[in-house]
Amino acid sequence: MNAFVAAYLTQDGLANGAIYCLLAIALVLVFAVTRIIFIPQGEFISYAALTYVALREGHTPGTVGLLLALVAGAGFIDLLREGFGGLVSVVRRSLAPVGLAGLAAVSARFGLPALVDLLITVALVACMGPLLYRIVYRRIAQASSLVLLIVAVAHHLVMLGLGLYFFGPEGVRAAPLIDASVSLFGVPVQAQTIVILLSCAVLVGGLYVISERSFYGKAMRAAAINPIGARLMGISAELAGETAFLVAAVIGAISGILISGATTIYYDSGFLLGLKGFVAGILGGLASFPLAGIGAFGVGLLESFASFYASGFKETIVFALIIPILLWRSMAKAR
Amino acid sequence: MKPRQVATGLAVLAVATAPMVLGEYQLSLLTYVGLSAIVALGLVLLTGKAGLSSFGQAAFVGIGAYVSAIATLRAGLSPWLTMPMALLATGCCAWVGALVMVRLSGHYLSLATIAFGTAMFFLFGGLDITGGQSGLSGLPPLMLFGFAFTRAMPNYAFVWLVVLGLIWALGNLLDSRIGRAIRALRDEAAMAEAMGVDIAAAKSAVFILSCVLAGFVGWFYAYFQRFVNPSPFSLAQGIEYLFMAVLGGANLLWGAVVGAGLVTLLKPLLQARLPELFGMSGNFESVVFGGVVILLFQFASAGLLPRLQSALGWSAIAAHAIDPAEPLAKRAVFLADGPALEVVGARKAFGGVIANVDVGLAVRSGEIVALIGPNGAGKSTFFDLVTGVTAADAGDFMLSGASIRGCSGCEIARRGVGRSFQHVRLIGDMSVIENVALGAHLRGRSGMLVAMLRLNRREEAGLLAEALRQLRRVGLDGLAWSEAGSLALGQQRIVEIARALAGDPRVLLLDEPAAGLRHQEKQILAGFLRELRAEGLAILLVEHDMDFVMGLADRVVVMEFGRVIAAGTPAQVQNDAQVQEAYLGSVA
Repeated sequence: MNAFVAAYLTQDGLANGAIYCLLAIALVLVFAVTRIIFIPQGEFISYAALTYVALREGHTPGTVGLLLALVAGAGFIDLLREGFGGLVSVVRRSLAPVGLAGLAAVSARFGLPALVDLLITVALVACMGPLLYRIVYRRIAQASSLVLLIVAVAHHLVMLGLGLYFFGPEGVRAAPLIDASVSLFGVPVQAQTIVILLSCAVLVGGLYVISERSFYGKAMRAAAINPIGARLMGISAELAGETAFLVAAVIGAISGILISGATTIYYDSGFLLGLKGFVAGILGGLASFPLAGIGAFGVGLLESFASFYASGFKETIVFALIIPILLWRSMAKAR
Repeated sequence: MKPRQVATGLAVLAVATAPMVLGEYQLSLLTYVGLSAIVALGLVLLTGKAGLSSFGQAAFVGIGAYVSAIATLRAGLSPWLTMPMALLATGCCAWVGALVMVRLSGHYLSLATIAFGTAMFFLFGGLDITGGQSGLSGLPPLMLFGFAFTRAMPNYAFVWLVVLGLIWALGNLLDSRIGRAIRALRDEAAMAEAMGVDIAAAKSAVFILSCVLAGFVGWFYAYFQRFVNPSPFSLAQGIEYLFMAVLGGANLLWGAVVGAGLVTLLKPLLQARLPELFGMSGNFESVVFGGVVILLFQFASAGLLPRLQSALGWSAIAAHAIDPAEPLAKRAVFLADGPALEVVGARKAFGGVIANVDVGLAVRSGEIVALIGPNGAGKSTFFDLVTGVTAADAGDFMLSGASIRGCSGCEIARRGVGRSFQHVRLIGDMSVIENVALGAHLRGRSGMLVAMLRLNRREEAGLLAEALRQLRRVGLDGLAWSEAGSLALGQQRIVEIARALAGDPRVLLLDEPAAGLRHQEKQILAGFLRELRAEGLAILLVEHDMDFVMGLADRVVVMEFGRVIAAGTPAQVQNDAQVQEAYLGSVA
């Protein structure tokens, strides 16, 4: 290996690391607030990538049908819970996602600028987060984290199958948001890499500010640190759960759009990406955001260098990393 | 004959008669059901009983299969020789895994098994020695006395003999000393530790056992399929095994068989129909299984078979007569000179909150000392320090002159400390007598294998007889076979005392034993504690009922804000100005 290859691998590793960093933050957030190990996080990535590319190519994305199905499902459950007296609120809650689905279906025909497609994609996927929480987790929010994990895995399988049905088996790759390359210390750097790193920095910074300064952010932190205390202070666990899922979906959607400019995404690509986010998140015990972030870049770099030295064992090496991490954590705990 | 036994008999009969009525295809399908059931049985122990769950069992099946296949193809070893190799290989991998995860919360194991399952799948597909994606072929069938297992029938018979044998053996295991410890792991691990159960060892043992069962399936699979490739050992298959266990009922051994049957038999059906329905090809059966699992946990989280049992009104507890047995060996009595329990200068801070400062007290054998104080005075923290639940920042803790500072809860129990808990900690769905027998954990010795083969009957009889003896002493022997969770709160507190006594302690720590008892029951309890005192037990109790304490205790220690503010006879303490101020506020 020479310096040029090393620089190239580092660049690749940092770009992937940034994506894993975003995912790890979403996963830690969802776990802290709801105790759910959110395996389906990866599906937001593939859904977003497939939606964005469909919009760019002028097709109605499968997300539209999926979102309508989720709205119908959540509405049905709400009616079962609340009776017909809840009809008004069910309709009110459904307006935004249905309207958005309609907008997406129409806008696909007009060939809008990339930025608009991007916003529509993020909004579509973001709508799914709270709906999924309502359908799958709300009723069992008090169950043990083991049960929540098993349900999350089942949820992942359902999302995977629905992804295949609504988007089809073909892989997609979006044009990079900015197709250019600059030279840094004599090494060509893809503009997309810079876009990914900058987006990651902006998102992480934004989340930090929101959680430190805003009312909702503080409420979420309270719900994560002391759920019962937060509930006694009038913070609804349900609302906290839905908000966590909303943030996770937004992060997943942005990651999906970013990564679709760098690699081909299939309906099932998200799972492995999300799992790498978990490997990073575990470094911080699914509790520390900074450690999760550091872990994410570590995973990205390890993967990138492993693909150079032992390409056939890239995935094995990355996932086997969890064993030393857990060993370290269990020794830290024993002390 | 009880309905449960009839149902078991019918199930065994169905397994035995199936080959007479079914054809080759159905029999080999049922062989797959049996294989999955073996893996799911391991998960019943792991998930349903010990409260850990693994999505990576398929990877362990794979390790068993590849080790066997490679040993046969490369070294020409007979399948009967490769079986121990396969079991050893999976056992060793599981042992390493257990080493890593036992101290961490359960969800780390689950996540680690997802990562492990993924890593192993890529490893199987990437190595040269495993034949990459195309795998290894040309394996011989199993042979027994010159007879080759090429047709469905012998394979079916072999697998289902193993399944039935395992249900028998694992049933024996759960109905034993080790089994009771395993059944405490899911909800009451901290309590079990105070009863002397080595939690880390018990969790590791269950994990290794369940993985070895998976390894066995892998071994058989290699010679049944006669070729091995990575796809049956993927994470998706590992998830499916776990689904089988939770669908059938992760708390019941037969639940594994029901779940394995449902999933394995429905899968080909769904695979044939669903693509038509969706208008495209794909693994849509996973949508159905995933959806069913989501629904299951919303409405019937225990699984199908337990649901059926409760619908039929069958109790989960099988009462049985207890064989007469020799009394268990008693512990050596503590030396008469010097206190049985002595604490000097105990200190504990939680962040900025100082819960215990310089707390010291001594309890002699044959003495009752009461620890009293307003709520938040640090009494329960002190109990936790003495019993090793939390580590003290400073202080000397001596049991009959020997330091127990830094010992695990399990070790402190071994040295003769028994305790009850402020919030009752019984295993609600286990019978009262089994709960009490858990207290006698350290008075038995037999291990897992002995328990599975039912060679521990004498020891079991001794432990249960001891549990019954303690229940009789506290007057609850009539409820021995009731579900512990169905007792009134006061009775549950008394069961906790019986459980502590079953461990033959020298020092007894009771945390609010009289709370929830009626006046008359309190008097009976006080009489009983006096009896124990006369037998030479050192008793330290935390209690809020002053009438109860003052009439019973030899000495009283009063705490406030983490400090001892007074100590002496009940009369001395009652007249202490500082104590009066703590309880009644300043007189002035």
